[in-house]
Amino acid sequence: MAPGKQAHYIMGYGQLTTVWLGLLALTALTVWVSRHDLGIGHVWGSLAIAAVKGGLVIAFFMHMRYEGRLLRWLLFLTLVTLAIYIGFTFFDVLYR
Amino acid sequence: MSRPPHRDYAGAKLGMWLFLFTELILFGGLFLLYAVYLARYPHEFAAAGREMHLAFGVANTVILITSSLLAAMAVTAVQRDDRRTTLALLGGTILCAAIFLVDKYLEWGAEIGRGIYPDSPRLAAGPPGESVFFSLYYLTTGLHGLHVLIGGALLAVVAARVKRGAIHPGDYVWLENGALYWHLVDLIWIFIFPLYYLVL
Repeated sequence: MAPGKQAHYIMGYGQLTTVWLGLLALTALTVWVSRHDLGIGHVWGSLAIAAVKGGLVIAFFMHMRYEGRLLRWLLFLTLVTLAIYIGFTFFDVLYR
Repeated sequence: MSRPPHRDYAGAKLGMWLFLFTELILFGGLFLLYAVYLARYPHEFAAAGREMHLAFGVANTVILITSSLLAAMAVTAVQRDDRRTTLALLGGTILCAAIFLVDKYLEWGAEIGRGIYPDSPRLAAGPPGESVFFSLYYLTTGLHGLHVLIGGALLAVVAARVKRGAIHPGDYVWLENGALYWHLVDLIWIFIFPLYYLVL
C-alpha cells in the first residue's frame, strides 16, 4: 500500500462519520451548557468539552491513534510546554 | 541508469507534525493572552461577549467539523485508490473553507457596521477591557481566517496533484499532510468557539 515498510491503517468512512457525529453532539452539548448558567463550572466545563473534541480530532481525523511512539511523545511534549507557560504566567499574574 | 526518487514518508510526516506543534504554540500564546485579560477584566469581557453572535459561531463550527470529516475521508479514498471520490471530497472541503470565509466576512461586516473594530471611536470611548477583548478577537480570528485561506489554497494544490496522478495510493503524503494542516485549522477553531462565543 504505502511507500516504505510500515503498513498503514485505513480508517473506514463509517468510523470517520461516527467521530463526526460525536463532534456534532459535543458542539450541541457545549452550546446547551452555555445557555444554562451552571455557575462557576461554566468556563472549565466549556474548555473540558473543547478538549474532548480536540482529542477526537487529533486521535481519529489526524490518525494520531495509529501513529508510532515518536509523534505521540512529541505531542505530549508540546502540550506540556503549553501547560508550563500558561501555568507559570498565572503564577505571576494571579499573585501580583 | 535511473533510480527511483528518494522518499522518506515518515520524515515528511514528522516534519509536518513539528510545524503543527509550532502552530499550537503560536495560538496557545493568543489563548494565554485571552486568559490573562479575562482574569483582569471579567466584567468588561462579559459585556463585550454579549455583542457576539452565537449563530455565526455555531455555523462556522459545524462547517469546519464537516470539512474536517471530508478531508479525513479524502485520505481514506486515496488509500483505496478511488481518485474520483478523493477529488469530490477535496472539492467539498475547499467549498466549506469558502463558506467559512464568507460567513466570517458577514460577521466582521456586521460588527464593523456597529462601530466595533480596533481603534474605533466607540471602543476608544468605552472601558479598556472591551477594546482589549475585541482586539484579541480580531487578531485571533483574523490569524485563524488566514490559516483557512492558506489551508484552502493548499488543498487546491493537492487536488490538482491528485488529478494529475502525482498523488496516488503509492505516494499520498502530500494529501495526508495537507489534510493534517486542515485538521489543525479545525482544532484551533474548536477552542476559539467556546472562548469567544460561549463562556462570557
